Amino acid sequence: MEFEIKTAFYLGGIPVTETVVNTWIIMAVLIAFALAAARRFTTAAPEDDLGTFGLLTEMVVDGMNRFIGSTMGEKAAAFGPYISTLFSFLLLANLSGLVGFRPPTADLNTTLAFASISFLLIQGTALRSKGIVGYFKSFFEPMFFLFPLNIVGELATPISLSFRLFGNILGGMIIMSLLYQVIPILIPAPLHIYFDIFSGILQAFIFTMLTMVFISSAD
Amino acid sequence: MDGMLLAKAIVLGASAIGAGIAMIAGLGPGIGQGMAAAYGAQAVGRQPDASDKITQTMLLGQAVAETTGIYSLVIALILLFANPLIRLLS
Repeated sequence: MEFEIKTAFYLGGIPVTETVVNTWIIMAVLIAFALAAARRFTTAAPEDDLGTFGLLTEMVVDGMNRFIGSTMGEKAAAFGPYISTLFSFLLLANLSGLVGFRPPTADLNTTLAFASISFLLIQGTALRSKGIVGYFKSFFEPMFFLFPLNIVGELATPISLSFRLFGNILGGMIIMSLLYQVIPILIPAPLHIYFDIFSGILQAFIFTMLTMVFISSAD
Repeated sequence: MDGMLLAKAIVLGASAIGAGIAMIAGLGPGIGQGMAAAYGAQAVGRQPDASDKITQTMLLGQAVAETTGIYSLVIALILLFANPLIRLLS
């Protein structure tokens, strides 16, 4: 059994893996959707009929805004675009296993990259709201000798965020492929509902939710 | 050469057992998530209006409780598919 990430092709000596190619495809889908939606809303007059696609776009954006607003409060306007992008990318990435792709999130490189962005955002928010002195002072609270513990606690955030997503998606993938080797027909099909759809949506939701909670508590 | 093969077999066998033992850690998150779900159900029973907020909080808590189980899964996967110990032999 091989669960290693295959190299798709070489770009001037640099190996380009399956993960990167799948990420490009997902990016292309998201960008195409965004461009089409944006053109619809900038060209249409306010009283025009938006059509099914326009209504769908409005529903998605409105739902995201309400969801972010309920968790982050007044900071939703500043972080909303990042959180929405994160959620839509992770959702498509997790669900891409359904159409036969290797999910990009089943690669630690992808999840660690996203967790690092979130980590920098959390630290940046803390630095901005507490000031430089207050930021470094917060590592020595509540007591001076707890400094190492605070450092480890901060560094554990991106690690646990990335490993949670990676482990869940890769674990699901491995269980499904083991099952396909034992019983290749009929039985594995309904299990995709749990391992791909339910688990995929839930993990995308949890990653964004935890990012929001950490950013809110850093402020 | 023969001794090398034996050593490799021992490392592989021990790694497989180690992966199995690592997954015992799955017990903890199972119990923890079950308790979170039980209290979540209880809370929804008391306050059906707040079920959205309760579900959200429950899922968040369960995700955090799951972390240790995921760590053990990652260790088991490393032992099975990217064994660092076998490289020490050569």
